[in-house]
Amino acid sequence: MAPSSQSLNQSAGRAIEINTGRLQRDLLIRRIGKIGLYFNPVFSFFFLWAPIAVLVVFSFNESRSVATFTGITLDWYVNIFTGVLGAESAFSTELLLDSLSNSLIIGFITTLISTVIGTMVAMSLVRSDYPGKRLLDGVLYLPVVIPEITQGISLAVFFNMLFDYWNMLTGQRLYPGLHTVVIGHVAFTISFVAVVVRARLADMNPRLEEAARDLGANEWRTFREVTFPLLLPAIIAGGLLAFTLSLDDFLVTFFTAGSGTNTLPVFVYGLLKLTVTPEINAISTIMVVASTVLIGISLSLQGRNATRG
Amino acid sequence: MCPPGYAGQTLSVFNWSTYIADNTIPDFEAACGVTVEYSIFESNEAMLARIRQGNPGYDIVVPSGNTIGLMIESDLLIPLNKDLIPNLTNVTPELLNPPYDPDNLYSIPYQWGTIGIGYNKEKVGEITSWEQMWNYDGKVAWLDDRRAVFGIALNLLGYDPNTTNPDEINAARDYLIERGGNVVAIAADDGQVLLERGDVDMTIEYSGDILALMFECECDTYGYLIPEEGTNIWVDNMAIPVDAPNPELAMVFMDYILHPQVGADISNYTAYGSPNQPAIDNGLIDEALLSDPAIYPSQEILAKLFFSNPVGGDAEQLYNNAWDEMLIFLGQ
Amino acid sequence: MLEARSRRRRTLGGVLLALPAILWLALFFLIPLGIMVVVSVLTRDASGAGVLPLTLEHYERVFGVFSPVLWRSIGISLVATLVCLVIGYPLAFFISTRQRQWVRQVCLFLVILPFWTNFLVRTYAWRVLLGDEGTINSILSATGLIQEPLQLLNTQFAVVVGLVYGFLPFMVLPIYASVERFDFRFVDAAHDLGANDLRAFLEVVFPLTLPGVFAGSALVFIPCVGAFVTPDLLGGTSGLMIGNLIQRQFGGSGNMPLGSALSVVMMVIVMLTLLAYVRFGTRRA
Repeated sequence: MAPSSQSLNQSAGRAIEINTGRLQRDLLIRRIGKIGLYFNPVFSFFFLWAPIAVLVVFSFNESRSVATFTGITLDWYVNIFTGVLGAESAFSTELLLDSLSNSLIIGFITTLISTVIGTMVAMSLVRSDYPGKRLLDGVLYLPVVIPEITQGISLAVFFNMLFDYWNMLTGQRLYPGLHTVVIGHVAFTISFVAVVVRARLADMNPRLEEAARDLGANEWRTFREVTFPLLLPAIIAGGLLAFTLSLDDFLVTFFTAGSGTNTLPVFVYGLLKLTVTPEINAISTIMVVASTVLIGISLSLQGRNATRG
Repeated sequence: MCPPGYAGQTLSVFNWSTYIADNTIPDFEAACGVTVEYSIFESNEAMLARIRQGNPGYDIVVPSGNTIGLMIESDLLIPLNKDLIPNLTNVTPELLNPPYDPDNLYSIPYQWGTIGIGYNKEKVGEITSWEQMWNYDGKVAWLDDRRAVFGIALNLLGYDPNTTNPDEINAARDYLIERGGNVVAIAADDGQVLLERGDVDMTIEYSGDILALMFECECDTYGYLIPEEGTNIWVDNMAIPVDAPNPELAMVFMDYILHPQVGADISNYTAYGSPNQPAIDNGLIDEALLSDPAIYPSQEILAKLFFSNPVGGDAEQLYNNAWDEMLIFLGQ
Repeated sequence: MLEARSRRRRTLGGVLLALPAILWLALFFLIPLGIMVVVSVLTRDASGAGVLPLTLEHYERVFGVFSPVLWRSIGISLVATLVCLVIGYPLAFFISTRQRQWVRQVCLFLVILPFWTNFLVRTYAWRVLLGDEGTINSILSATGLIQEPLQLLNTQFAVVVGLVYGFLPFMVLPIYASVERFDFRFVDAAHDLGANDLRAFLEVVFPLTLPGVFAGSALVFIPCVGAFVTPDLLGGTSGLMIGNLIQRQFGGSGNMPLGSALSVVMMVIVMLTLLAYVRFGTRRA
């Protein structure tokens, strides 16, 4: 039923009357929203970058203070490469290089193991079916969410018991070291690799593999010549993620490392806690630059792979 | 300086932070042809926890006296072979044969000192007592040394600083919570850093850490106080934890540390009291340090100081629980 | 027949492929966690390890004396999550509504890059900024805004700032993904129906991007509850969190059973968060 034309006109007139007021309010809301929308990124990017900028700037500061900039110096950078172990600072070039090389060794081995294992489990989860698969799926996500400190201490308790037991059985004492750290790192990086590789696998067209099999390729050949090349970008991405996580890890390392197996984060933690030296700013700056370069390389690699794939 | 036959071996030292001279380790490495892995800890408890969880491979640890006692009680130390440590005769006689390790079967003094208040004179002015620290209207830090801090509180309450009575320990806990409103940080052997950075105006800290800061800054900003009510005095000792991979080289290292010149270098660097009598007698210790009553207190002050003695595992746990409970309410 | 055999082969192959991961996770993740749960109900012996008989005293302590820290940790984590949401939502919205792809990519890059810097270094940077003689206080006093330095470091505020700084990308990325998927013709439709921008946002945009909000909140809240480094470096005494207490049981107080009990409680909080997320967060998606 259509309303009479008169009442229609009336209601339209009222509507227009109200609308001018509302329009103004709506425009105001829109303007506030716009301002907010543009102010927020400015603030956010400042928030995200200012701390790093401050570190970088003060790493060149002549005075030891982080309050006032008095002049430019490269002294702190020079000290990094010439520092000897001393009473005044816990810092020494030797310790730094040792911990860096430990970090890299642990990172590489961890990446190798967890990339292989993680890729395998991802393929298994996507391509086949068996009882308990859902459970495995759930468990696989756990290391991503369980707090690092929990993983660290549970491994510490575990190794402690294991080594005591071994000692009882054989009379031989085992020590934690790089190997225990690698074991801990692999335990939580497998999941990250699996998640990344799995996402790619799920997107992949299974017909490509079927076609290869139809053409007479056996499973291994199908994998080598079809699946693996298609999967490679994801495997590389997963591996890089594992490497970065291993390099960045502090807590699991802290609880599983042996004597003299400091990694870079454990070493840096000691410095942060126990010293006030401006060299920390310089080391931090180098770490910022190094991670930026690494990310740049990995992004360009991935970009190239993506365009090729 | 080093008997032959150790070239190519490795020694792992686990020591406090800022507790050794620049040249100590490199000289030992050169003399013996060995490699030294050097790691640091920030509290007796942190070191003890690592050893208890299974020695991860340390050959030398440097605990304070009461912790030595605890470790002997729990079979965590290896007895020393004194034939390998002829320089033991250099140790000041008063520091030998301590109550926590009669006859020095397990441990050898490394450095000794007190626990007092490091403060910023410009902000605090001159102070004399613990009472002034508790009442200070500003930011302070306490040392992460539960037995020492509890000992100080127990002493102020008129109890035995080494009590095993749970009521007295809990009274000390409540005493500390009540006076801990101005505590912004529990310093893990880094009170001097907090002081230097201006994060706190006062801190409970080991004497040498503050004195080193005072000498280093060549300024009159900082002071170290042994409060008039009395405080904790301690001796840190080198010892060999169970399952040490290389105990023999560890004893050679101990002997090396007891050389007068090596010991003097360390004390000159750390500004702690030296247990090395020839180093003191032969003028190897800096005169400025030797004449500083904050490092070598007078007999009158020494009489007011007390040691933390081992109290046994059960009482130790009472202290641990009380300490954890105190932490929750500090700075509120 | 052939079909069945090949399926069986693939099942076997699948299990074999998964076997290394299963073994590794069982041995070095699940069993250690299981041991930790067991240790948490053991009695502490003189050396700090766990021995029989079984006891619940550690849980009593966790929910008794330690409960202020428990609540503080949850409170700090909630505030940090909320702040992340307030900062992160508009940011994600802004980035995902840029027209040009390269602008979006650069913006995302700018959000993520600090994230790849070592966590300790990023947290330390705030120590430099927030200290009494740090950058912020010196700027404020140089401009005459304050006479006495503000106490920023060693407070709960500092912990929240550090956590937000550490985990903001976890909030931005999922929201970015859900806003990007959002069909803006819905907004036009809402406008046509007379809704203004605010109503269109509250009643159309926000509800439809809720999956991203839930995912982001869970991703931020969980690591906040488990934080150790941030409160350790920035919190001082008043910012003490569960993670610090756990570390103290293993590093200082020598009480493995109590540390394990605290850890189990932390794990339960994380699990409950996840459960809540799966239950309520993914339903609308």
